[in-house]
Amino acid sequence: MTLKVIVKGKAQGQVMIAKKPINFLGAVDKKTGKIRDEKHDLFGKSLADKILVFPFGVGSSVGAYTIYSLKSNNCAPRAMICSKVDITTASGCALANIPLVMATREEYDSLTDGKKILLDAENGKIL
Amino acid sequence: MELTKEEDASLKGEYGETLALAYRVLVAIGEATDADRLLPIEWAHLSGVNYNTIGDAGEEFLANLSKDAKFKVKTTVNPMGFDPDTVSKYDISEEFIKKQNSIKNSYEKMGAILSFSCIPYEIFDLPKNGTHVSFAESNAAIYANSLANLKTNKEGAFSALASALTGKSPFSDLRKDDSRNPNLTIRMKTEQKDELTYGMLGYFAGKVAGCSVAISGVKELDRRSCKSLCAGMGTSGTCGMFTLGDASGETMDFGKEEAQKIHDELNTTDSGDIITLGSPQLGLDEISDLAGMLKGKEFKKRCMIFCPRTVQEQARRLGHVNDIERAGGELLSDCCICLTPLIDKKDVDGVITNSVKGAYYLKTSNGVDVNLKNLAQIIQEETT
Repeated sequence: MTLKVIVKGKAQGQVMIAKKPINFLGAVDKKTGKIRDEKHDLFGKSLADKILVFPFGVGSSVGAYTIYSLKSNNCAPRAMICSKVDITTASGCALANIPLVMATREEYDSLTDGKKILLDAENGKIL
Repeated sequence: MELTKEEDASLKGEYGETLALAYRVLVAIGEATDADRLLPIEWAHLSGVNYNTIGDAGEEFLANLSKDAKFKVKTTVNPMGFDPDTVSKYDISEEFIKKQNSIKNSYEKMGAILSFSCIPYEIFDLPKNGTHVSFAESNAAIYANSLANLKTNKEGAFSALASALTGKSPFSDLRKDDSRNPNLTIRMKTEQKDELTYGMLGYFAGKVAGCSVAISGVKELDRRSCKSLCAGMGTSGTCGMFTLGDASGETMDFGKEEAQKIHDELNTTDSGDIITLGSPQLGLDEISDLAGMLKGKEFKKRCMIFCPRTVQEQARRLGHVNDIERAGGELLSDCCICLTPLIDKKDVDGVITNSVKGAYYLKTSNGVDVNLKNLAQIIQEETT
């Protein structure tokens, strides 16, 4: 299985799956890494140190700065896996140096919430 | 993506974290847009300057970045939140001013030309035909591709910033000649042909078109209508270029009905207590026109007019500023209507403007109602 690498790197951690797209600017608290949008399925949960799996980012491109802030405040995900790449998430992960890959539908659906994985975003593999 | 040895070394951090960050952004965007390599650009125009748009996270990021980053190519910047000459007349918090000044200082430290303008194509000399630039301001990107013989994608704040730091951009979308050929033609069918109609045409086209669109049925476009068309198009979608005349492929009509539908969407009130002109900012010929139209007239209400600093200085020497101020107009530089902190819904019920882009942002960001009408109508109805 080969993933499309958007931002290179390696990360190990627990998979956290969001069903809904994420608006980093509005829905994520940059100081704690918690989802603060009540309508989001991860409401109240912290993204810190997770391998965040979500469909794609939505909302203002300024959300990229939020991803950078999460990293500066030590509450960012260790890596992100999306099914579709948007420029905001790509820019934010690049600024913050957080590995980001794009998965095909099949690869995406094979991920299990809570499972520990090693994401090799140098070679595009999940181990 | 294939990188040169030099680019790859930069990406790996051999020339420091700042360049590594900039190359990570270019590679990430390049991978996301299926670019196979980077190419050199000669000029970057940055968005993300107004504190209202980038907030604390942006301010902190830029302050941090500017500690050791330097722009490699000519870099100009979009408007900020206020005009330092007149800011004391507005209810702008100390905090806002402090954060805005920090952003300004960061860009200056990195070597930007502090143009604070959304019309770089009108106030700077243009590079030779076919030159690649990296423009983040949407109206400027569309103008550059469509009317100034330059090549750029409709860049975002981060891709343009990374381009400024590296002098490179991913070779994708509108940088490739085949993507510049439109496969949709919009036929202009309205009888009304003023700047507002062209703005609505742009807004309509932006909604339905891909990368590039052809517009037919347009005979003459003055500068005001051109800018309005570019700004409207940049507001509603991802389309980054238009050509004039018919193209092969699908066709759509933009007639009275389509124009009315857009007017109904953006015009939310029939009156306003303040007038704003200049989204995009006005150039010297528009200021000169306006001064002429205002001869012997006076605005019935407050009228804010946005133009670049250099344009205001030239207009002052030519006497136009005097004419406009005598008619009650206020000229503001370094800022614009989009996400302005100068208009607050607690003080204002409705804003009158001829700008489709201005109308969209006033409604969605400032939460005020908008009365959208063309400049001739504004002068006729709102002056004595």
